[in-house]
Amino acid sequence: MTDAVLTQAPDSPEVERVGAPIPHATRDARAAEYVGQFGEFARGQEPMWLGAQRRAAIESFATLGFPTTSNEDWHFTSVAALLERTYVPVATASEALSARDIARFQFEGDWQTLVFLNGHFVGQLSQIESGLKVYAGPMSDALSDEARARIVERHFGGLADTRTHAFTALNSAFSGDGAFIHVAADTVAPRNVHLLFVSDDAAEGALVSPRNAIVLEHHAEATVMESYVALGNANYLTNAVTEVYVGDGARLRHYKIQRESINAYHVGSWYANQGRACTYEAFSFAIGADMSRTNIATLLDGEGSHVSLDGLYLVNGDQTVDHQTSVIHAKESCTSHELYKGVLDGDSHAVFNGKVYVHPEAQKTDGKQSNNNLLLSEGARVDTKPQLEIYADDVKCTHGATIGPVDSTALFYLKSRGIGPSIAIRLLTYAFAAEVLEELTIPAVRDELERLAFERFAVGA
Amino acid sequence: MSIKNEYMLDIKSLRAGIAEREILKGINLTINPGEVHAVMGPNGSGKSTLAQVLAGNPAYEVLGGSATYNGEELLVLEPEVRAQKGIFLAFQYPVEIPGVTNAYFLRSAYNEIRKARGEEEIDPLDFLDLIEERMKLVEMDSSMLNRSVNAGFSGGEKKRNEILQMAVLQPKLAILDETDSGLDIDALRIVAGGVNALRRPDNATIVVTHYQRLLNYIVPDFVHVLANGRIVRSGGKELALELEERGYDWLLDAA
Repeated sequence: MTDAVLTQAPDSPEVERVGAPIPHATRDARAAEYVGQFGEFARGQEPMWLGAQRRAAIESFATLGFPTTSNEDWHFTSVAALLERTYVPVATASEALSARDIARFQFEGDWQTLVFLNGHFVGQLSQIESGLKVYAGPMSDALSDEARARIVERHFGGLADTRTHAFTALNSAFSGDGAFIHVAADTVAPRNVHLLFVSDDAAEGALVSPRNAIVLEHHAEATVMESYVALGNANYLTNAVTEVYVGDGARLRHYKIQRESINAYHVGSWYANQGRACTYEAFSFAIGADMSRTNIATLLDGEGSHVSLDGLYLVNGDQTVDHQTSVIHAKESCTSHELYKGVLDGDSHAVFNGKVYVHPEAQKTDGKQSNNNLLLSEGARVDTKPQLEIYADDVKCTHGATIGPVDSTALFYLKSRGIGPSIAIRLLTYAFAAEVLEELTIPAVRDELERLAFERFAVGA
Repeated sequence: MSIKNEYMLDIKSLRAGIAEREILKGINLTINPGEVHAVMGPNGSGKSTLAQVLAGNPAYEVLGGSATYNGEELLVLEPEVRAQKGIFLAFQYPVEIPGVTNAYFLRSAYNEIRKARGEEEIDPLDFLDLIEERMKLVEMDSSMLNRSVNAGFSGGEKKRNEILQMAVLQPKLAILDETDSGLDIDALRIVAGGVNALRRPDNATIVVTHYQRLLNYIVPDFVHVLANGRIVRSGGKELALELEERGYDWLLDAA
């Protein structure tokens, strides 16, 4: 609907760096403070292997430090703001949460909810599924059962990249509670699982490090929603990691809604591994946080599998929203479809960096990637970089990006029917966003996100 | 004795253009309630520009002259205000808006116009009744309501959708910009039938067209020939027939 222009040529050598440079001394001193507090980081009883993973991770973090804009993957997003203080894990659980507080974050339909407040599991507001074939509960509970702990051990840390990703290393060192979801072969999880990560005012200054794993054995099916929400406007850092195993013939729908406090920082990383003939649908919806970063990486490691990576971000004011996706086609006849859309107002900034890598043996790959952005203000800025790296010869891959204002012809058409500019722009914005929301196959989720998207631009414009 | 609202539309020496190119070079035209005026002319004569300028398309710039609508200066008004005051433009190229359903679009427009007139918004169910009745006028299937505005519509469907909007919004002054272009004879008959059914003593219609054939169905009271940005000849409906027979060249030579 917009007159599209590609403003950012992929891999252009001279691009402006965003944000003030961070003095190395500050950056290193801050990293050292995190390394320093690792010694005091209180961990309850936990398996030896987990402690070993934590120690390896903090060593890796000490080596890596926080990323700078000279790091290619952080070229357009500065972490300077979140280096202004050292965030500290919240030691004890708060009791201050009621069912009424979280009612508005729930979905219609049959959902099982696991609630976490400032990094701690809230049992009285949650439902644990603990059957012979399906387990969905907090990691702390999963580890307390010997047989289940062995399944966790086989998967925990198997995909998360702590060697090159500083925030993933930081999560692996300080990881708090999170969800463990395991669905046995040929089994459909009886209910959709909603992981609700809540931060309240007690999260001020907190480092919240949810750590989740989703394991679908062959021909299993599940739907998992991760919601990051806030009660209040605290300044905290969420740094979440989810590892995802999609077995042969399995199907996982995996959604994220990021509506953190407007003063918060959010880094969320998903690492997925897909078997043969399976389907992974990942959707990221982002409207919150002062700065947010979503990393989604999947390895198509079996023939005939499909991944869809879709997302919608709606930002204004001084918000920064950054999505980095990586799809590695390692086997034949896989398909990857990716559509990210963004609406920017005020002085907001969006970054999209999508990588599709096709191995030499991944013939018959079908890859499609697009990123479309609608700018509602002069001050908004988008840096988009769709990238293809293809080493096979029999593939079909396309990619593209658009950035543009509201279409003036469509705007005049609506106005000529008596619709004033603010409603007209809202309608066109909503229509722009609706295309990607149509990808959502659960009506209750689609309706809720449509409502949030519409509400987001109800004022202003 | 002078009556302030003598004409519904009174255009005086109107000059307008696009991208610093003057297209309308002094248009004079008056329209009374109940009248149908045809504006004809060859390609590039300024017919569509006149329609767009009256509807308030910001892509066009008014360079001089004036236009009053029921005694009020029209050209300073925003397009949505003109629509709220009863002006309607049926687009030559209706715009596709994927993601907004026809039903939602029509109801928004209908309610915005009502609100501007200080009336209550319509109940969605009442609106459904209203719209289904109006759809019969243009022989449209109700499935079109749940489709995105004009997206994937055929040329004929788009033009019928324009007339449906007109039927719902009930304008005082309707401007049909080449509504006949791209229509087969059946669609032309349906569209013209819709326009005729909406004619009332207190509303007026401007039919902008290149060819006479639409005027077989929508019979004008006056015909004006536009050439090089000026009205070079005005007459009754017989002028359209003469143009059909002789073409435009004899008038261009005279101008």
